[in-house]
Amino acid sequence: MGVRMYVKNILLWKILTFAGFFVALAESFVFPAKQNVNETPYRLLLVGFIVFYAVLLVVSTARKTQYINRGPFRFACGVVLAVYDFLSTKSNIMPLPFFPGPAQIFQVLVEDRMNLLKHTAFSLRLFFVGFLVGIIIGIVTGVIIGWYAVCNYWIFPVLKVTGVIPAVAWIPIAMAIFPSSFIAGVFLIAICSWFPVAFMVSTGISATPKTYFEAARTLGGNSAFLLFRIALPNAVPALFTGVSTATGLSFGTLVVSEMVGAKAGLGFYINWAKGWSAYSKVFAAIIVMAVAFSIVLWAINLVRCRLLIWQAGIVTGRE
Amino acid sequence: MDVSIKIDNVSRIYTDPSGNSVEALKEVSLDIFKGEFVSLIGPSGCGKTTLLRLIAGLDMPQEGAVYDDGEAVAEPNPQRGYIFQKDSLFPWLSLYDNIGIGLKARKVYKEEKNEIPKYLELMGLTEFAKAYPHQISGGMGQRVAIARSLINKPKVLLLDEPMGALDSFTRADLQDKLIDIWRENAMTMILVTHDVDEAVYLSDRIVIMTPRPGKISKILDVKMFHPRNRGGDDFMALRKKILNELNLASDPNPPEYHL
Repeated sequence: MGVRMYVKNILLWKILTFAGFFVALAESFVFPAKQNVNETPYRLLLVGFIVFYAVLLVVSTARKTQYINRGPFRFACGVVLAVYDFLSTKSNIMPLPFFPGPAQIFQVLVEDRMNLLKHTAFSLRLFFVGFLVGIIIGIVTGVIIGWYAVCNYWIFPVLKVTGVIPAVAWIPIAMAIFPSSFIAGVFLIAICSWFPVAFMVSTGISATPKTYFEAARTLGGNSAFLLFRIALPNAVPALFTGVSTATGLSFGTLVVSEMVGAKAGLGFYINWAKGWSAYSKVFAAIIVMAVAFSIVLWAINLVRCRLLIWQAGIVTGRE
Repeated sequence: MDVSIKIDNVSRIYTDPSGNSVEALKEVSLDIFKGEFVSLIGPSGCGKTTLLRLIAGLDMPQEGAVYDDGEAVAEPNPQRGYIFQKDSLFPWLSLYDNIGIGLKARKVYKEEKNEIPKYLELMGLTEFAKAYPHQISGGMGQRVAIARSLINKPKVLLLDEPMGALDSFTRADLQDKLIDIWRENAMTMILVTHDVDEAVYLSDRIVIMTPRPGKISKILDVKMFHPRNRGGDDFMALRKKILNELNLASDPNPPEYHL
């Protein structure tokens, strides 16, 4: 009896994975649209979801991997889409232009894809340049502060005071000083990622256990060896704590700096779309942002797991 | 016999956090001969670890000097390997890389990295070469630490209670390993321990130290062949002698008989 219940539940959950998107698809076909929307891209998206999860189901059943435990969540996603679509596209209860329905947002994603892609590329370029510059300067500052007591005395207070200033507060100054909005953006993102990285690296270096240094000295290590082979690797976990803080701050700074000064990037796109009351484009850009930033986070985490494989409790792999 | 380590009238005074000065070592002199296995034993605070750190060059005496092969010790040297009590492995390096790091420190890694597998083999760690320190037991960790020092081919190995944190089976195992290494390489070994059995089992000479101020109270020769029988009569007799010297053998509560 218990076993049969179990099997039934698995079957139910498998069905749930699709069912939500079927509900959304059915809803889209059954009710006539009250808003002027091309519903085909949205319907194709739903079909895409169904096909994707069907393939995933077959693959994971063959490999006996966990797949179904997200079934109820996926069902809920489908139902939310159906309800949202009904309230907006189908009934106009949620009014335009502020609350475009999923069909309309997806229509924008498809029709304006080249534009969105271009602005995403601009955003990512700005992000990576600024972020990498900030992290490199942060590591150098952190090492200097953490290693040399004199530098700690003189630089650390400066770091502490300037570090708490939100990077966006520098926007007027950055715009005035730097020749282009791109360099100004790089500067802003660099300083907002610089602080947490410098702080954490210096902490990690000065927290290196004394035994490590003594062991290294008895093995023949000179002071450069102690810094680069002992203190620095010991600070890598702390570095990544700093990097994850820096990532969050950088996303915010990126979008704000694009909104105020730039002529390209997702932040600019949102602002520009708002100017035309094209809120479906705002939502489309937000969705693109969510996807792009998630991929960035995922990539950073991948690097982290790779570098920190030596730490107990670091699990490499997927959910 | 040639003197390996000469400790010449050495004093080391520390200042504790409340500002009092503590005489960790007062006017200590001792000659340790080449190829000798010497144990330093005594209660905590007798300065045995301080003495070992002075020999290593990790610490400097205020008075007197330590000489290694006639040269005054001024800083650590890979010729004097040092095994810490525990947790001295670098957690970000695999066991293979931990053992190889001395080669990198001495900038001979390219030429001598083919030595690493030999030392993994010697310590029975070959199949764990790719493991990281957090994945292995304390006993294995100390084997890695020993291999990491040995790869530098030291003339002197300084052991700071390396088996203090191990269970008694692992400890006995590692003691036998140490004796093998000592006999095969003809190196000088200086062991700090609080374990009387360990001192008797391993040493040629046992240096008994007393605290406040830290100094040598007695030096005992151990004239037994290896491998030693941990339960033998002369073993037990020497053990008792040391315990007496350390004032640990007296029965705190002699039984009372009311007949």
